[in-house]
Amino acid sequence: MSEWAPRLRRGARLGFDPVRRAPVVLHPEGVLLLNATAEAVIAACDGVATVPDIVARLDERYAGVRAEDVLTLLRGLVARGVLHPEETR
Amino acid sequence: MTAPLGMLAELTHRCPLHCPYCSNPLELVHRDRELTTDQWRSILTQARALGVLQVHMSGGEPLARRDLPELVSHASGLGCYVNLVTSGLGLTEARMADLAVRGIEHVQLSIQAADPERADIIAGTRAAKHKRAAAAAVRSAGLPLTVNAVLHRRNHDQVAAIIDLAEELGADRLELANTQFYGWALRNRAALMPTRAQLDAAEPVVRAARQRLAGRMEVIYVLADYQDRLPKPCMHGWGARQLTVAPDGTVLPCPSAHVITTLTFDNACERPLAEIWYDSPSFNAYRGEDWMRDPCRSCSRRGIDFGGCRCQAFLLTGAAENTDPVCALSPNHDVVLRAVAPTEDLPFVMRR
Repeated sequence: MSEWAPRLRRGARLGFDPVRRAPVVLHPEGVLLLNATAEAVIAACDGVATVPDIVARLDERYAGVRAEDVLTLLRGLVARGVLHPEETR
Repeated sequence: MTAPLGMLAELTHRCPLHCPYCSNPLELVHRDRELTTDQWRSILTQARALGVLQVHMSGGEPLARRDLPELVSHASGLGCYVNLVTSGLGLTEARMADLAVRGIEHVQLSIQAADPERADIIAGTRAAKHKRAAAAAVRSAGLPLTVNAVLHRRNHDQVAAIIDLAEELGADRLELANTQFYGWALRNRAALMPTRAQLDAAEPVVRAARQRLAGRMEVIYVLADYQDRLPKPCMHGWGARQLTVAPDGTVLPCPSAHVITTLTFDNACERPLAEIWYDSPSFNAYRGEDWMRDPCRSCSRRGIDFGGCRCQAFLLTGAAENTDPVCALSPNHDVVLRAVAPTEDLPFVMRR
């Protein structure tokens, strides 16, 4: 897990919806409306940063970031086809 | 009630294929009743203002519309994620490259079977030879590719080979979708209905492929509706997330809704799209739970599957308010049981 560097799948991208005034993920299978934390997590998924790196990055911006919450969110994004499945290197 | 996220833009019903499982209506919209480019532009603009973020350019064969490139540019320029849903016939490398520049971000390509001979029989035309070139064009444009294969009695034995073909075509995602019985497909129901043995044989094949291909190609399996004990959560609820605009501008809560003849559907050329979404009787007919009858009304799953599919309830029981008869709790479930009862192989009535 600590080696996992999450990355967006081909065709998935972050966007902003001016109608809803909300960040979104657009991808082949659908649209996810995001809150600010989820947006920050996805923005950090560059295929280089590992999960602990992402947690550390969030920790600089938000109070009370819990590693297990971030991991749950990431795995949820895998299940929804937004991120590549967990890879071990 | 929330704003829609997606819109299925059925640009045309014209299609070079004649698939017997076609879900489009028995009566297709003729070319001279198709919307103009300006009408589609207006609908796309209204859709984005209403909240639509994803547009599926579909049909029929959307490439049959000569203004497809303009419509793609328009939808993409509005900030929409634009999908192309195609048979691949006519999708040359140059055309694909142009569409990608204009804003297509993902392509769904249909295949009819694993081998060209059988695929061409199902498509009713020489379609198979175009699929490899179309897939290659998508890949060289750098776009994600979903291969979609509709499964039925005459290709279910090929599930493993279809998975191999999708892998060869370089798909990021494969949708193995058991036929849903609407439109022309309902007419061919007995000929298309997979056998229990076919469904049982496919299940371990799909499971093994998912494991083998994890991280390379996602394999999605759409269950055989009639053979499942629980109804599908159709459209995530009526008028909940998505709308369909038919080639003549009719606005539908789902692609098959026109079959519900007790409803009157508005046309986007006559009424603003937002008004249709929020205020029209057709879109409000089966929102929420007040319309439900028993057993849905008191069912603990009513918030999960919304009573299944309203179109199917109408088609098979005569009332859209009834429980989808696919549900084992439906008093009309015997209609479905009779439809899945073993029969001999029957010929297809090809789409026309």
